[in-house]
Amino acid sequence: MEELLKQYQTVAEQQAINWVRVGHTSDFPENAGACVKYNSKQIAVYYFSRTDSWYACQNLCPHKMEMVLSRGMTGDSQGIPKVACPLHKKTFSLEDGSNLNGEAYSIATYPVRIQEGNVYIGFAD
Amino acid sequence: MQKVIVIGNGMVGYKFCEKLAAHPLRDQFQITVFGEESRPAYDRVHLSEYFTLDSADKLLLASRNWYDENQITLRTGEMITDIETKSKRVLTHKHEYFEYDYLILATGSSCFVPTIKGVDKPGVFIYRTIEDLDAIKDYAQKLKNEGKFKASVLGGGLLGLEAANAAKELGMQTDVIEFAPRLMPRQLNQAASDMLQNKIESLGIKVHLGKNSQEIVGEDGIEQIDFTDETTLKTDMLIISAGIRPRDELAVKSGLKTGERGGVYVNNKMETSDPAIYAIGEVALYNNGIYGLVAPGYEMAGVAVEQITGGEKLMSPTIDMSTQLKLVGTEVASFGDPFIENENVTAIVYENKQRGVYKRINIAKDGSKLLGGIMVGDSSDYNTLFQLYINAMKLPENPEDLILGSRGGESKSALGSVLDLPDTAQICSCEAVSKGAICDSISSGACCSFTDVVKSTKASSSCGGCKPMVTDLVNATLKSMGQEVKETICEHFEYSRQELYDLVKLHSIMDFDEALDKHGKGHGCETCKPVLASIFASIYMETANRQAPIQDSNDRFLANIQRNGSYSVVPRVPGGEITPEKLMVLGQVAKKYDLYTKITGGQRIDLFGAQLHELPMIWKELIDAGFESGHAYGKSLRTVKSCVGSTWCRYGLHDSVSFAIRIEERYKGLRSPHKLKGGVSGCIRECAEARGKDFGVIAVEGGWNLFVCGNGGATPKHAVLLAEKLDDETCIKYLDRFLVYYIRTAAPLQRTAPWLDKLEGGIDYLKKVIVEDSLGIGEELEAEMEELVQRYACEWKEAIEDPQMMKRFKPFVNSDETDDSLVFVPMREQKMPRPW
Repeated sequence: MEELLKQYQTVAEQQAINWVRVGHTSDFPENAGACVKYNSKQIAVYYFSRTDSWYACQNLCPHKMEMVLSRGMTGDSQGIPKVACPLHKKTFSLEDGSNLNGEAYSIATYPVRIQEGNVYIGFAD
Repeated sequence: MQKVIVIGNGMVGYKFCEKLAAHPLRDQFQITVFGEESRPAYDRVHLSEYFTLDSADKLLLASRNWYDENQITLRTGEMITDIETKSKRVLTHKHEYFEYDYLILATGSSCFVPTIKGVDKPGVFIYRTIEDLDAIKDYAQKLKNEGKFKASVLGGGLLGLEAANAAKELGMQTDVIEFAPRLMPRQLNQAASDMLQNKIESLGIKVHLGKNSQEIVGEDGIEQIDFTDETTLKTDMLIISAGIRPRDELAVKSGLKTGERGGVYVNNKMETSDPAIYAIGEVALYNNGIYGLVAPGYEMAGVAVEQITGGEKLMSPTIDMSTQLKLVGTEVASFGDPFIENENVTAIVYENKQRGVYKRINIAKDGSKLLGGIMVGDSSDYNTLFQLYINAMKLPENPEDLILGSRGGESKSALGSVLDLPDTAQICSCEAVSKGAICDSISSGACCSFTDVVKSTKASSSCGGCKPMVTDLVNATLKSMGQEVKETICEHFEYSRQELYDLVKLHSIMDFDEALDKHGKGHGCETCKPVLASIFASIYMETANRQAPIQDSNDRFLANIQRNGSYSVVPRVPGGEITPEKLMVLGQVAKKYDLYTKITGGQRIDLFGAQLHELPMIWKELIDAGFESGHAYGKSLRTVKSCVGSTWCRYGLHDSVSFAIRIEERYKGLRSPHKLKGGVSGCIRECAEARGKDFGVIAVEGGWNLFVCGNGGATPKHAVLLAEKLDDETCIKYLDRFLVYYIRTAAPLQRTAPWLDKLEGGIDYLKKVIVEDSLGIGEELEAEMEELVQRYACEWKEAIEDPQMMKRFKPFVNSDETDDSLVFVPMREQKMPRPW
């Protein structure tokens, strides 16, 4: 399980060396998540229509190690965009991956770019 | 600068630091704390919750930063081995000396381990620290991997029962062994213990009373325990929780006066026999007693701080051992002197075996005051009774009302309003916060919410038992200042659910964004989105497909997400009646998709283990065979259970199956604040268990009796009679009215029973509204239901017929692969998710 978690490390925009096209913007739901695959990784992608913002994070919920975060509900807490895990409603910031319930575990986030209607996610590998 | 050394960084040691750090003369002291555990002080009262918390940090009373910020030197993982009272210095196990002017002994207690033969075998544990719990968890996992599942707990006291619950939560079959002839012998009498035992055993924990353990038998690990009465108990592990012993070794070694049976002797200043040394908490022997509760420990810490800072505060002459807690899911409370029996005392006992409730209060013969009591199964009256007791308040004319509660009519709390309490009434006994302090913090303008009050007064920050009372006080004080107090949904909508319902209806708001723009702020969240989704569904009967992103995760995928992220499929089987052909289709579908199959409690068939991408295929086959969505994922009508009724049953009075089907078909898909279930029984034998449902119909001579609000979720409730001897049409008319009224007015996720509890006037008022139509809204409610019923559509049928909607069920946007991360393991010829 630890190995699975280690695959996911936050990538800051400037660290991204590999921008991977994961689909067209119209392939993704508004104000909800969808999942994409990159090698052995599962990445959850969210589009917030009210701010026209895109976010990406690991699909793995670090609480019980299940691939479910893309199926969680999106929202914000004091202005911080977040996702709530569908299993136990643990909430994570989509800005820095921190756990908004104050628990120790957090999630890895990835930068997203939109170019000519295509969605790209930045990876460091 | 005076040097203060605190030995022990438990709850009481920490409390001493906290109080000294907040003292005006703080600057005159240099504080050093030694803790032998590796982490800073943590909350041992809630130790059992550690298993569900995932992180020990959540239990910390304060982070290391807190000690830094308050200039307190915290030395964890360091043990004091000697106290040299003459030279006023202590020696650590690393051979370092530290000098003190004041020494505080807060070394607490250790677990008492009886001298039973074999007690040193592997597989024997104590239950005291986070490390103990880690060891228990690891060992239980190891046993389970070997196919062993039996755990026992030695000790049926407070902590023993907590340990038993923890063992059960770890998946072990658990037994409790108690030497005394009853459980919690210090707090409960025989009758209360019997009731508690019944409750615990009904949850699957076995209790063995009056057992004297002689030997723990086993080769590599342990296998069984032999008792002196020549009986034995098979077990794979043993957790000992048989009481505490004060850790007074240091004190004994350094020549301080200690008690015969342990504990460091202190006076009412918490001074030991050496005036530079104080002892507080479970190591202190005060009034010939050792007190294993946090509240007296905290009071002692406060007294010690006052004494060394030149104050005059003394320890209370008597220690109150009242306690209220939830054990193994059962409420237990004891206050004052629970056992007292003499000619000056009258005991009033209320016992309800069916509900598993036992209450006893001891009252002075002249009826003037309360002396103590016990509660098992329902301790909701504890706060009131405790206040009456601790403030020696005047009792009502009929003291039995105190525990019998509302018996029809519009009875009020024995206390009246919480504001009637004297200002000196101690509301939070852990932190010694009075009613006056709480109310002043608000009326002075320093605080304006419950959270503020907790922060500023510390009330309710420890065990949390007084939380309801603090909330009531905060709300009542705010109200008395002319401020509005209301239950808002979340940070995005400053409205109650009922207010939002009205706004959406009156302004014909059609979607979430519009609601947010007009009446909210921010982007919404997992709390307000489903509430709005439920309101839209209740007003427009829209299915979960139109605004999928605001649906709760289960509704978004029209299936229940299960432990490993797979889903369950539950088609509707109205009234539980099903043809052999349909039964076979369920079997075939389950077999084809390798689904785990189980008959539910609501007379349907659950198919578990479906992957996201399989859901549409499975539902297509089911819909082709004539099935519809069972809404098992929604806050909506689930099932209407029925017995076989007069068609087959020799006792049946009316045709309960036909009526159940009619009701289920009528309300299928109806969204509500929480899930809804119904039942129809063909006679008073009640085989459909209709009185355990949100609405229940029972056949009697001359028609149907209609019961409502029999579903309390975690707190079971029986449905109560709304109307008698109804014909089919009237019964449905009342059901229409009842359901719409509930849907309109309940709070989010509030089930029918708590909704009725909060409804002012209770069932009598509900009868007036529904049966007598006192508000004149009967027809409106019926019309609203009629419209909803007419607009029903199966949302699964909608989904599989619309390619756009089907995109939801594709696991990956950029790949046609299926999710290969799902793992199942075999179980009894079927499968289950791999354990967490």
